[in-house]
Amino acid sequence: MSAVSTFLLRRRGGKGWHWTDVLSYIWLGIGLFLMFGPILWLALSSFKTPANLVEFPPTLLPLDARMANVTGYDKPLPLYRVKQDDGAERVLAQVRRVGLMAQMVDPVNPGELVRVPIDKRAAERDVKLATGNYTEPLQQFNFLRYFQNSIFVTVMATIITLIVNSMAAFALSKYEFKGRTAVLGIILATLMVPLSVIVVPLYLVVNELRLFDTLWGVILPTVATPTGVFLLRQYMLTIPDELIDAARMDHASEWQIYWRIVLPLAAPALAVLAIFSIMWRWNDFLWPLIVLSRKEQYTLQIGLNAFSGELNVQWHYVLAMTVLSILPVAAIFLFLQRYITSGIASTGLK
Amino acid sequence: MTIRSNGDVGNMSVVSETRGQWLSLRGLMAAPLRLVMGTLNRPMTFIQKRFGIGGMGAVFLAPNMLIFSIFVLVPVAINLAYSFTGGMPIFFGERHFVGLEQYQALLSCADYTKPATCREDAFWQSIHNTVFFVVMQVTVLVVVALVTALVLNREMRSRGFWRAVFFFPVLLSPVVVGLIWKWILQRDGLLNAILVEYGFERTLWLAERNWAMFWAIFVSVWAHLGFYALILLAGLQAIPRDLYEAAMMDGTRAFRTFRRITLPLLWPNLLVVITLALIKAVQIFDEAYVLTGGGPGTSTLFITQYIYETGFAHVLRNLGLASAASMLMGLVLVGLTLLQLMASNRGNREARA
Repeated sequence: MSAVSTFLLRRRGGKGWHWTDVLSYIWLGIGLFLMFGPILWLALSSFKTPANLVEFPPTLLPLDARMANVTGYDKPLPLYRVKQDDGAERVLAQVRRVGLMAQMVDPVNPGELVRVPIDKRAAERDVKLATGNYTEPLQQFNFLRYFQNSIFVTVMATIITLIVNSMAAFALSKYEFKGRTAVLGIILATLMVPLSVIVVPLYLVVNELRLFDTLWGVILPTVATPTGVFLLRQYMLTIPDELIDAARMDHASEWQIYWRIVLPLAAPALAVLAIFSIMWRWNDFLWPLIVLSRKEQYTLQIGLNAFSGELNVQWHYVLAMTVLSILPVAAIFLFLQRYITSGIASTGLK
Repeated sequence: MTIRSNGDVGNMSVVSETRGQWLSLRGLMAAPLRLVMGTLNRPMTFIQKRFGIGGMGAVFLAPNMLIFSIFVLVPVAINLAYSFTGGMPIFFGERHFVGLEQYQALLSCADYTKPATCREDAFWQSIHNTVFFVVMQVTVLVVVALVTALVLNREMRSRGFWRAVFFFPVLLSPVVVGLIWKWILQRDGLLNAILVEYGFERTLWLAERNWAMFWAIFVSVWAHLGFYALILLAGLQAIPRDLYEAAMMDGTRAFRTFRRITLPLLWPNLLVVITLALIKAVQIFDEAYVLTGGGPGTSTLFITQYIYETGFAHVLRNLGLASAASMLMGLVLVGLTLLQLMASNRGNREARA
């Protein structure tokens, strides 16, 4: 514990503490609690059994009743700690409960039934992860399908985005042609048109193209991102034109120049765009919500929303699936945090 | 450092420093790429023979612009056309021209401060809610992000860890954000458990008008705080250290240093953050929709949800009205974006000067 606190509290300068340091750490402490607490709570809750979930006040850790096999009974019986009249405590297994009384047996010596008032007993419980929360929705409900759909959408959209955006960026940065400024202007102007403004006509277009209720209807409208073109173009401008001229001298075709010379050199910018595209498409909500209507076509986000909007919300499944949907994002964040933060800091895109 | 600069190449240096690390990953991805690109070489060379080197610019631009036209430019045009039509049919040919009627319906109001007196009371309720939400959320968000950035900019160890703490929620999907908080705020949720523990009453946080709005604002600040703090942090780190050292030499008090050095030098970034936050806040939909569903009643119904419900979710869908409403919202957003471009251009100029 003290190692943790020294890790978190050590200061760079090694100077004494100033009152602003104290305030800073109070702010950071509140931040840690508010920002990370909810996610931790979600993760802990996702391992609880339904019975454990509806308890009030809730337990911190996922608990489940400790069971014991008692000779003479087919099913394992839940164990309880019982306070006896003489003050001593015993561990008994409950056979059944009748009103305010519970019929219990001694698990070691299961001869006679003991009648115990229910307020004199407390359940013996262990920390146990209800992994069924994770496996059951994948097996019984469509969640595996939702996952596949989300992965398909994310991967295809990202690949297409990278290809068409980089081609356009190549054209806009390395060629002189009529209307180049006009195209750039249009792309810049549409940075302003958010999806929420054009959902109605976009729906009609997608409907007309017979893409309604298909995953391609989710993918295609999102791939020609103006932000991506813009980001890649800015980066490709830094690639010297001499390289391209030299390649032309060597009779390289324009296509070869594009994928053999420009693409490898633009790899860092492509990486940033790829990471962002994965985030965007994995998290998309409004557009898939409009396009997809059959359950088999749902992406994970739509599936989660539908599942949590039902009359009887099965929270134990919803929470577990929410955690699963976070995992890819968390993995990307852990390994590629620097690319994300530098991408945001340098472009202001999200 | 500049943010979202237009035509300024210098700011890409952040990206280029990571160049070396991609070599291995590139090697792995290269094989299938080489195959696909290689097979495309022959047709592309043929095209090049036809159009010449100069014509290849248009060829490279074509796929992107084709998709872009179909899914962005055409819809913008259709949206405008639809907002002048009425009736129930979906397809344009079957709809009848109504002129400005949809706009009139949206804008006719006896008293704009009271949504109940308007013809489209839900629309005005959503505008009232959105305006309230935008003002509160952007104010709180910018102040909290600024304080967080100032704290994260201090000399301390494990800064990366703390930055990650504040930043992580940015990556979560709005659905996940909504669900996490719905779970905490529900009747038997964590918050009520903590309150009951300390002797307070249980509250139905999402079923009371004012609390639902409060939590919609709180949750969206929670989700986006890290993004804006990061932009401000980048701005803070670009302020030369020696300015602060000079101020320290002169014995300037911390607050004065903040007002006279930090705030003026950070102002361009702050302006960008404010306008970006405004643009995002006006479009608020997903988190609030998952969290409250617009309820209770219409107390957290925002404009985007109004458009979605009028155009799609309602039994009596009214695409014309939804288009007109989205045109009005688009106007506001274009105005805000122009403001943002102006702000970032000013920021660039000041950064260069």
